Amino acid sequence: MRIELRATAFDPLAELAGYQAETAVLAGSFGATALFIGTMRDSNEGQSVRKMTLEHYPGMTERQLQNIVEESRKHWPFDDVLVIHRVGELLPADPIVLIAVWSSHRGIAFDACRHILEALKHRAPFWKKEALEHGERWVETNTSGYVSGS
Amino acid sequence: MTIRVRYFASLRERMGRADEELVPENLASVADVWKAVCEGQPLPENILCAVNMEYAHADTAVKDGDEVAFFPPVTGG
Repeated sequence: MRIELRATAFDPLAELAGYQAETAVLAGSFGATALFIGTMRDSNEGQSVRKMTLEHYPGMTERQLQNIVEESRKHWPFDDVLVIHRVGELLPADPIVLIAVWSSHRGIAFDACRHILEALKHRAPFWKKEALEHGERWVETNTSGYVSGS
Repeated sequence: MTIRVRYFASLRERMGRADEELVPENLASVADVWKAVCEGQPLPENILCAVNMEYAHADTAVKDGDEVAFFPPVTGG
C-alpha cells in the first residue's frame, strides 16, 4: 500500500507499472485492477484556466487519506492500493490524482476505487485555486459524485 | 501552553493570516475558539473544522496544546 503527495508532475501509468513491478506480493494473486486518473482541464465554469494551485494541510491530508483507505479496505477487502495526489502548481493536462486498487475480482476493485475517490473529494483537505485569463479564483465545491449530499 | 489556530485556502486569505496562538482561557470548544478569533461570531455552516488533524464539530472540546484548524469545503481529486 502506498499513499503519496507529489509536488511535481507525474506519469500515472508509469507509476502504476512501477508500483506493480516492485510489489512482489501482487504477482499472480490479483485478477482485477481498477484505476482512476483525475486530470486538470483547461476550462471550468465557462472560463479558460491557465494554471491551478493545490493547497493542502500537511499532516492532516496524509492522515485523512490513510483513514479513507483503511475504512475502504474494511468494507471492500482489496489486495493493495496506490494513491498519488498532486499538490502545488499544475498546468492543464497535468494528472491530479491516481487511485489504483488491486483485488481478486472486479466488484471489490471497482467499488473500492470509486469509494476512495469520492471520500477523498469530500474529506481530504485539498483546495484548488484557478488562475484565469484575468485574475484568479478558489474552486468552491466539487462536482457531484455518488456519496449522498454531494 | 497555547492553542494553535490555523486557516487554509480562501479562509486564510480572508483572515489575512495562516495561523495564530491563543491562550486557552475560557475556550472549551471549537465554537469558543472561532468566537475568539472572529469577534464573537458563530461558526458558519460552510466552514469545516478540525482538532489535531481530525474532523471536528462546533461543540468538540479543545484543550491546552491542541491545534484547531478552520477551512472551506475541500476540493481535491
